[in-house]
Amino acid sequence: MATLEINVSRVTERAVSEAPWLRRLLVGIALVFLLAFLLVPLFLVFREAFSQGARVYLAALSNPDARHAIKLTLTAAAVAVPLNVIFGLAAAWAISKFRFRGKQVMITLIDLPFAVSPVIAGLIYVLLFGSRGWLGPWLENNGLHIIYAVPGIVLATVFVTFPFVARELIPVMQEQGVTHEEAALTLGAGGWQTFWRVTLPSVKWGLLYGVILCNARAMGEFGAVSVVSGHIRGKTNTLPLHVEILYNEYEFAAAFACASLLALLAVATLIAKSALEYKHQRDRERSLRAAARQEEP
Amino acid sequence: MSIEVRDLSKRFGAFQALDDVSLTFNSGELVALLGPSGCGKTTLLRIIAGLEYADTGAVLLAGEDATATHVRERGVGFVFQHYALFRHMTVFDNVAFGLSVRPRRLRPDKGDIARRVHRLLELVQLDWLADRYPDQLSGGQRQRIALARALAVEPRVLLLDEPFGALDARVRKDLRAWLRRLHDELHVTSVFVTHDQEEALEVADRVVVINQGRVEQVGTPQEIYNSPATPFVYGFIGDANRLSGQAAAGWADFHGLRVAAPEFGQSEPRPVTGYIRPHDIELKSEGGTGVAGRVESVAQVGAALRISVRVGESAPSLQVELPHHGGHWPFAVGQAVHARPRAGRVFAG
Repeated sequence: MATLEINVSRVTERAVSEAPWLRRLLVGIALVFLLAFLLVPLFLVFREAFSQGARVYLAALSNPDARHAIKLTLTAAAVAVPLNVIFGLAAAWAISKFRFRGKQVMITLIDLPFAVSPVIAGLIYVLLFGSRGWLGPWLENNGLHIIYAVPGIVLATVFVTFPFVARELIPVMQEQGVTHEEAALTLGAGGWQTFWRVTLPSVKWGLLYGVILCNARAMGEFGAVSVVSGHIRGKTNTLPLHVEILYNEYEFAAAFACASLLALLAVATLIAKSALEYKHQRDRERSLRAAARQEEP
Repeated sequence: MSIEVRDLSKRFGAFQALDDVSLTFNSGELVALLGPSGCGKTTLLRIIAGLEYADTGAVLLAGEDATATHVRERGVGFVFQHYALFRHMTVFDNVAFGLSVRPRRLRPDKGDIARRVHRLLELVQLDWLADRYPDQLSGGQRQRIALARALAVEPRVLLLDEPFGALDARVRKDLRAWLRRLHDELHVTSVFVTHDQEEALEVADRVVVINQGRVEQVGTPQEIYNSPATPFVYGFIGDANRLSGQAAAGWADFHGLRVAAPEFGQSEPRPVTGYIRPHDIELKSEGGTGVAGRVESVAQVGAALRISVRVGESAPSLQVELPHHGGHWPFAVGQAVHARPRAGRVFAG
């Protein structure tokens, strides 16, 4: 009986999938690409970072300019991520729960930062707030500095990370529809109660995922920030900009030491993301198993 | 508590979902809103609940105008078609939700909430599932939990949207009988939407038949089945032979089948449409006063024989249903028979 079943499953497997050589070829191509374009460079970053020993590595990271760059990068992310969460939730809520004119336009607009080059994004802010920009003279008269200062860097970061949370949440919320919120309403819950107790928990995985991606991009952003930063060492340099400066000054070990921090961040992000997916998957499987085990009285 | 709706109309773009609907639901009654999909029955239910607003007209709860009352304040329990249970909460938390979101001064304490939730879970016979998540329940169990959750807030009326729509036939039948018993126990005014005539006729005290946003007929299940008020109701509730013919002098004639039509007393014939239930047709193998025909097919369905009879060349086949208690079929394919309607209903046109 058992052998028969195995044979049957083999036959069906062959019937519904591609030839073995083709499968191996496709998997092989994917693996070679991953190795050549991701793993080897990642390995090289770390090798180069430690090429002159751990002391140089640590010195590069504890350099005051480097520490300031790290702090600035963290600041930009710390502002951009919460703003993104608020905006993402509001936009996804509006798009998925309400009927209104111009919804499609709004969805397209949310994607705009993905569509334009980050350099353009930076230039927009220079044109707006720069000394020769629209608001530049007024800002200058009032002693406010945006371009070549921290606020500009934060603005540029917010701009480029704009779509992440909304993009993750919109499909999740659209799929869930409004019946859960309606159910909460008929049970007497107010708007905030519905949001905190019904809507937010039901999108928490999508939200976390969006936050992780948003954070990774906020810390890694180069183009837009580069335009508005002015590259003032110890003042307006973020970590990616700092890496570039070091590299241009032939301080390869230091450059790669800082780069390795960013690489570590990327790796940590990926691990956090897989851990989330794994946990989410396991929760689902556990409840499905329990459902299968359970019997009607 | 009684519900009354007056002159409700609602459009969705070019689609007229409700067209001047006025109805009264008496206190303690279980009423079915019955109609084909897209007829506006769910829209009507949602307007009563306050989840949707009518373009014109009023909703009165216990005689008071509630048209502008927010759904939170209407005191309705709503059971959604796909249950809408909160997936991240246990069964207990789902049922407790309505109590735990109350403002602090109206909220029962934790022990009280737990007692009430367990009492409700006992009522729906699922007390042993309190710690499960909705994902882990069968369809019938989810349905009952959704009902318990709606009842937790002690609603003045209970509204159910296709309560058995997503269940398989067997579970559906059990739950139907159970809902009826539960209603007899609780006596809360209940309105449920269904497209299943059997469900409506079996469970409800009264049935409202809706078609294309208009009320076709309101009545007890017997009234609806025995004397349908409109051609639509005749066609929608139960099976009926639909025949075209002519009427004059109090009688309608359909290819030789004669049905009394007292409202057509005029002398010159007028075109009419007749509806005759399959079990209202008498078949005789020999003689008789009916119209002559020939048996086309015979099939046994449960305790009934379904016989198709052709009367004349131009007439459609006549569907006849006879009670059958086993043994020989009294009619065979190809046999010559006489058919005579015992009852029927004639409408102009």
